[in-house]
Amino acid sequence: MIVAERKPLEEIEAMLGEAERVLVVGCGTCVAVCMAGGEKEVELLSGELRMRSKLAGRRRRIDQVTLTRQCDREYLELLAAYVGEYDVLLSTACGAGVQLLAERFEGRPVLPALNTRFIGVAEGPGQWSQRCLACGQCLLHLTGGICPVTICPKNLLNGPCGGTNHGKCEVNPENDCAWTLIYRRLEKLGRLDLLEAIQPPKDYRPMTKPARVVHPAFQAQSPPK
Amino acid sequence: MVRAFRDVLQEKDFVITAEIGPPKGTDLSRLVHHIELLRDRVDGLNVTDNQSSVMRVSSLAACRLIVEHGGEPILQLTCRDRNRLALQSELLSAWVLGVRNVLCLTGDYVTVGDHPEAKPVFDLDSVQLLQTVQCLNQGRDLAGNSLEGATDFLPGAVVTPEADPLEPQLIKFAKKIRAGARFFQTQAIYDLDRFRQFMDRARQWLAQAQTGPVKILAGMVLLTSAKMARYMNEHVPGVMVPEALIQELARAEKGKALQVGIEIAGRLIRQIYQERLCDGVHIMAIGREERVPDILAAAGIG
Repeated sequence: MIVAERKPLEEIEAMLGEAERVLVVGCGTCVAVCMAGGEKEVELLSGELRMRSKLAGRRRRIDQVTLTRQCDREYLELLAAYVGEYDVLLSTACGAGVQLLAERFEGRPVLPALNTRFIGVAEGPGQWSQRCLACGQCLLHLTGGICPVTICPKNLLNGPCGGTNHGKCEVNPENDCAWTLIYRRLEKLGRLDLLEAIQPPKDYRPMTKPARVVHPAFQAQSPPK
Repeated sequence: MVRAFRDVLQEKDFVITAEIGPPKGTDLSRLVHHIELLRDRVDGLNVTDNQSSVMRVSSLAACRLIVEHGGEPILQLTCRDRNRLALQSELLSAWVLGVRNVLCLTGDYVTVGDHPEAKPVFDLDSVQLLQTVQCLNQGRDLAGNSLEGATDFLPGAVVTPEADPLEPQLIKFAKKIRAGARFFQTQAIYDLDRFRQFMDRARQWLAQAQTGPVKILAGMVLLTSAKMARYMNEHVPGVMVPEALIQELARAEKGKALQVGIEIAGRLIRQIYQERLCDGVHIMAIGREERVPDILAAAGIG
């Protein structure tokens, strides 16, 4: 899933500026799971903003709503009826959700309440870690299911650098060295032979931005962009 | 004029290289002094490439300066700051400017340096960079386009004998040989028993690789104090200074620790030479390049 974290309250306040009518728009999917922008977090953020406005003696109305998803147009339509009542929309979706919201309600400022961090997994309660860079050319079958493009800061494809340090990474000693992990996993799988092939330079074309995917079943009718 | 490193590597039974660092700024006086001092004393002069991710004069410019002063440069080229276009362009430029040896490295990560906000590149890794050198040597670029005039570099690489775990390091070492590395300059080593074990393993891989001769030069970082040695143990991955050496430095009289460090380096080099543990040494007297002749004198091979 996509993992995000909320911006500092001061930064959000500064973005809001003089706005008097604010709609905080939550997203019920990834950012709800990572406790950054779901219904509960929207409740909390709205409450904090209301309190700060009150303390500052500012006249500001803050309402809240949480959509099923912000990255799908059909859910955004639910706002169409009353979005006109607000000066700004403060979105707690990932960057994708913020953009679709801004595109759908073009005349209205849409502000990001979160910083989108990565595609990752839950490691434990309240902890997530990055696992995928969406490089468009998955090679996990060669590396024991551990991604060197993501886990190794230098995205090395042919083994550890000189900064591998007793199984840890020199870039952040709290992190495991991706290539030590890969070596140990492949050893367990009896597939150390996979490490011997020289991996060619990566083709970065699939990472050319902005990327777009059209499902084969829909290719004939894809709308012109 | 000194001899080509390629020839020296094949003919001399013990090869000595040293590292010099380009200046941060445009004052070349120290660099030129180091070149003049070391040119005839060592067989090759490595020039670091924005060492420790600290921005400086380029390795290429300093290498050209070495050529102009009659020395034999070894261009260090890292994957940190350049994509494959820039790396190949740098290699072609190095060749046309008279540089004949290149050491291919991954490079430190940007956050350890003086521009920690910079975008790290790492488009290629060190194995792929060696392959790139091979391509250019064969008159093609990495995309397969033919070149008007090929290079004929002597490609080298690095290996960390004290890496933990060692096995993945050795697998990569073998890949580097297959990708064309003809010489290795190792990360600093201080424990010769452990280095001997490493060399036994390395030789097995070398025998399997069935390539031409591949030479290994043991890395020697000059220890300047007990504090510096401890710092390396704690902060420099793959470097292990034995406690006995740290004690030796700690026992030095005030102001004499550097002298003890020079004696230690000289002693280790002498032993490597006498036992022919490997094919030579690579001296990294970081910031104390002017003491390299003293180290060689202490080793008795200056």
